[in-house]
Amino acid sequence: MNYDLGDLSNPAKLTDPIDVSGWNTGELIEIYKKMRLIRNVEDEIARLINSGEVKCPSHLCVGQEAIAVGVSYHLRNTDRVFGTHRSHSHYLALGGEPKSLFAEVLGRRDGCSKGMGGSMHLFGGKHGFLGSVPIVGGTVPIAVGAGLAAKKDGHGDVGVSYFGDGACEEGVVHEAFNLAAIYEIPVLFVCENNLFASHMDIHLRQPSDRMSRFAEANRINVQTVDGNDVLAVAKATETLLEKSRKGNGPGFLEVVTYRWKGHVGAADDVDVGVLRKEKDIIAWKKRDPIQRLRQGLVNQRKMDDSEFNAMDREISKDLMRAINEAKKSPYPEQNDLLDYVYA
Amino acid sequence: MTSKTISYSNAIQSGFCYLLDNFEEVFVLGQGLWSPWYVGQSMRELEVTYGRERIMDTPVSEQGSTGVAIGASLCGYRPIIVHPRIDFMLMAMDQIVNQAAKWSHMLGGQAHPSLTIRGIVNRGGEQGAQHSQALQSWFAHIPGLRVVMPSTVSDARDLLIASVLSDDPVIYIDDRWLYDNEEELEPVVELSLGKIGPKISQEGTDLTIVGIGHSAYQSRVVAARLRENGIYSEVIDLRVLNPMRVETIIRSVRKTGRLVVVDGAWSNCGVAGEVIASVVEKLDVQFLKASPVRVTLPSAPAPSSGALEKNYYISESRIASVCVKLMGDKKVTSKLERVV
Repeated sequence: MNYDLGDLSNPAKLTDPIDVSGWNTGELIEIYKKMRLIRNVEDEIARLINSGEVKCPSHLCVGQEAIAVGVSYHLRNTDRVFGTHRSHSHYLALGGEPKSLFAEVLGRRDGCSKGMGGSMHLFGGKHGFLGSVPIVGGTVPIAVGAGLAAKKDGHGDVGVSYFGDGACEEGVVHEAFNLAAIYEIPVLFVCENNLFASHMDIHLRQPSDRMSRFAEANRINVQTVDGNDVLAVAKATETLLEKSRKGNGPGFLEVVTYRWKGHVGAADDVDVGVLRKEKDIIAWKKRDPIQRLRQGLVNQRKMDDSEFNAMDREISKDLMRAINEAKKSPYPEQNDLLDYVYA
Repeated sequence: MTSKTISYSNAIQSGFCYLLDNFEEVFVLGQGLWSPWYVGQSMRELEVTYGRERIMDTPVSEQGSTGVAIGASLCGYRPIIVHPRIDFMLMAMDQIVNQAAKWSHMLGGQAHPSLTIRGIVNRGGEQGAQHSQALQSWFAHIPGLRVVMPSTVSDARDLLIASVLSDDPVIYIDDRWLYDNEEELEPVVELSLGKIGPKISQEGTDLTIVGIGHSAYQSRVVAARLRENGIYSEVIDLRVLNPMRVETIIRSVRKTGRLVVVDGAWSNCGVAGEVIASVVEKLDVQFLKASPVRVTLPSAPAPSSGALEKNYYISESRIASVCVKLMGDKKVTSKLERVV
């Protein structure tokens, strides 16, 4: 086993509050709120899974919120973003409405995919989120094609492809890297390396835990950062996008993180498969991206705990309203089954 | 109005030119597009006329390049991805079956992969098991894909244009055995693919022969021979395999009472069986004068050796012999022995 990521994959490290110096407090609060919103949405979906109301397979991203929020900070709604089986955060970070997400996972017609997709097939076209799918690696070449379209359009937009460390074991992903490089396509590859594919630890799957080696093999610009530091993610994204938007081809952002929940559903998956121990989960929770930003702001006396608590309560209240509205949405009509097959 | 005689492969070429001339959102990608080896006379020097940005020769990545075409199609373009040999297109099955076919449905009609996937069937010449397949039934099985197989010169052009102008993912399958066929070609009329169905190529009263792509051409040849010998067969060119529309075929079989389906692919779970099942399900059995028959390939991969290959593919005399047998009338049969 090679631990090439060093401190990035060691949960005992990088647990300090985030250094917020140089950032505007208002922007930081917006970033915090977005991460908190995603965390709370996932917690609510976990509850709906446990109560039996959400039945579709739902892959929660608790612990990984900083990545989508940091990346989306530098995206615009004319960019073309594609996700994975674990895409609630990608959708929400771009501005997707929680009510539409709740309705979707509940199989309702007001869902972001009209109740036809469930958790694994999300759509948020007006926000630039063009689709997510659970076939591992499936959207990576599609994002490259969207980037090619952006290049042809010539307005400086980019394709964005979220995928995980597991996808790097799919051949098509390497085809996509090569195609993006050879055609100099403006696409940002965001590899959310959470060290697990389903139940399997990365060290049992690959000779190195560092995914950016695949990008380097294709001469793609690389940034490798702590995925639980939202400001580091945002900064690295900015660096890579600047090049892509100017026509200098793709960028590859490797963001190292850890999911607190199991592969699918609301359970923790302790000891499911191998190398996922309770002590690891406890250790990783100390690298909580939300708490670290919050503490950074508190330490700098930009905000105090009571203000944060009030903000959190407001978010929770809005979400309860969103869930109640989603539950009132009708189910798809029977004719939807055939009507959506062809345009 | 002037019409001129051109070949099937040149008709495909003229379809590409029409699309590239009239629709700036159309571009083409695939392996071998800058080479004369792969796509014969059907895409000659397009990159010279339209530039290498619109005619992209790709790395050896069927799945990746098909995904690229899907992605561009979701962003307002109408790409055509060319797989010069359909066997290699299997490498792209995830993108075709899991992605292109599903996005409209699973995203509630909000995303439409409007790409065309051209797969070329290229058989014979001792090319063997992995260079000779006709896999239309694989794609015709999948809701969300439209599958077309032109057999005539004008359809080669016009169905290509209709495929690319469709907002759905379309599998367009052409067969190199048809490339040298010549016909007069009328000016282009843009057709809506959703309205195109089977076409009666020749009217008749004695039996119905349904063909698909190259086998539709063979069926027309056979029908002409049968006609000279007093058997009047109705030939139907299936043209669109998915979604399959069988009303024309049912009407024909109600009239003739006999059905032969010819498909240059395997029988099991194939298009020929699907045509027969669809007809038999909807047609009162009293209209049938004989059990319907499939003419297909032996259940074996394509052989390489010419000794085996010459009996592997469907010959026109084999189709004729099946038709004659189906007529069942000994007097007629003896009269027709020379046909087969």
